[in-house]
Amino acid sequence: MLGDRGQSGGIGRRAGFVALSVAVAALFLCPAAVSAQEEVETVELETLLPVAAPTGLSAVDTPNDRGSSINVTWELSSDDDGDGVVAGYEVFRSAHPETGFVLAGGVPFGVIEYRDSGVDNGAPTYYRVAALDADESQFFSGTFGPVEASIQWFNRSRLNALVAVIIFVASILYFVSAARSGKSLFIRRLAGLDEMDNAVGRATEMGKPILFISGLSSVSDVATIAAINILGEVAKKTAEYNTKLIVPCADPIVMAVEQEVVKEAYAKAGRPDAYNEDDVFYLTRSQFAYVAGVNGIMVRQRPATILYMGMFFAESLVLAETGSSIGAIQIAGTDAVTQLPFFITSCDYTLIGEELYAASAYLSREPILLGGLKGQDMFKLIAAVFLVVGVIAATLTATGVIESNFILPLLATG
Amino acid sequence: MRRQFPLALCFIAGLFMAVQYFIPHPTVQDMYERLLIWLQTLLAFAFLLGTVSLVRLHYHKIRHRADDRGYSWVTLLALCLMIGLGFFHSAHHAQGSPFDKMFQNVQVPIEATMFSLLAFYVASAAFRAFRARTLESTLLLVAACIVMLGRVPIGDMIHSSIPAATRWILEVPNLAAKRGIMIGVGLGMMATSLKIILGIERAWMGGGD
Repeated sequence: MLGDRGQSGGIGRRAGFVALSVAVAALFLCPAAVSAQEEVETVELETLLPVAAPTGLSAVDTPNDRGSSINVTWELSSDDDGDGVVAGYEVFRSAHPETGFVLAGGVPFGVIEYRDSGVDNGAPTYYRVAALDADESQFFSGTFGPVEASIQWFNRSRLNALVAVIIFVASILYFVSAARSGKSLFIRRLAGLDEMDNAVGRATEMGKPILFISGLSSVSDVATIAAINILGEVAKKTAEYNTKLIVPCADPIVMAVEQEVVKEAYAKAGRPDAYNEDDVFYLTRSQFAYVAGVNGIMVRQRPATILYMGMFFAESLVLAETGSSIGAIQIAGTDAVTQLPFFITSCDYTLIGEELYAASAYLSREPILLGGLKGQDMFKLIAAVFLVVGVIAATLTATGVIESNFILPLLATG
Repeated sequence: MRRQFPLALCFIAGLFMAVQYFIPHPTVQDMYERLLIWLQTLLAFAFLLGTVSLVRLHYHKIRHRADDRGYSWVTLLALCLMIGLGFFHSAHHAQGSPFDKMFQNVQVPIEATMFSLLAFYVASAAFRAFRARTLESTLLLVAACIVMLGRVPIGDMIHSSIPAATRWILEVPNLAAKRGIMIGVGLGMMATSLKIILGIERAWMGGGD
């Protein structure tokens, strides 16, 4: 019995210990269990809570466009703070304010505008924007409309450019007219162009050819057209001096134009028989194959004068250094800002930027062309005045000297 | 008439190109896009002109036994070979085709070689430009040294202000000069275009009236 009693007493003590342990464990574990349950409930509540719809919906015909387009804007959903609660927005359009809305397009979260480019011109259109949550449930804004897309005949954002063009044209026409009436116009000296006569004369005396390179760009580049203009003047001189002129071309259209220009120049100089079509030829459009071809001509034919006019790229230094190595007089002119340092380093004279465009007028000395040059300078003066005023206004505004920056929007329009 | 027609054509086309910039209407913009397509088509046909010119020049050199006619042979043979590979292998654009192999294994390495010559020419040009003979060339030399040092880690190791000085040189005096040139270039382009459109500049037609 003792044994049994003792055993049952042992069992009772053990049961009491287990109960105490469970009680203690429950004491510590229960808050965690409650907390986890609350968290699950919170997450479930969050996913169930609706996302705030976007507000402030607005739509206007896209300004200065070719029609069929409406700009839709809205304010972000108040839940759109970049944490993924709002996944994005969808824009819906309809011809009726209540029904028939179809999806026009969508944007990611944080974006507040959409350009709808599929609209019929003149058709009343209504818009709604929906904020999307992570499950792609839609929470719609109110409806906005009607708004109509329309075609514009004039791009008003380019009004300042038009005004500038009108002033520019007026300035050039005024000075051309002044030149026509015999008014003397002063043009500053350009050493590179002054040297052109000497360069042609030197080649003539040495009995060596002149190499004219009009860059690698196409005829749609204004720099190439400027180069062609200069070629016309150079060709007149080579025709007069009976000096060989070699013109390797990188573009077939440029080649065709340059052949005509040189031919006309020779005819005008009274030496049509001296023109050789094979002297103005196509080489290749491939940049470094062109370099190899021209360098080969330089090394084999050793021209006394090399003229680089037009648009150049990475090949400029390779060409100019090879020309320098054969001892040729080199005159370059380009509007490629990145290539100017190479030409300045390797050539005897360099026409910088706008001087390339002035060269034709300068060489021909035709009063009408010089008038155009003068008009260009006058416009440049006007532009410089605007620049100075703009810089002063921006500086004074940035430093807080003047409060109102009314002048800046004027200067920055467009 | 021989002069008036191109001048009139140039005036109309030039005026249209200038005006279309301000008019977004589809009638005008569609016409503008169509003209650009014409330009591309013209360019494709112009390549025929270029090829004829190239063949004619080198044929004449070979025929007249010019001194450098060896190069003409190479040019014409290479031209014929590539045209042949292009025409007679229908999948000439496919990777591994004979045309592609010639392009990748001959032309590309040769062009890369030509391009790499630039490094040596830069060195020789820099040697000539950086001789401090005048105040300007001395300034250029000093500025170039600072910029070069500021672009590599050793510049910062020499003095922590060198990279900042490099940035200042590039972003202030250098950028100001570049912008000045670019404004002049923009106006020069406009003036040249205008003079050509209005028929004031006629050198592109060989000059004259």
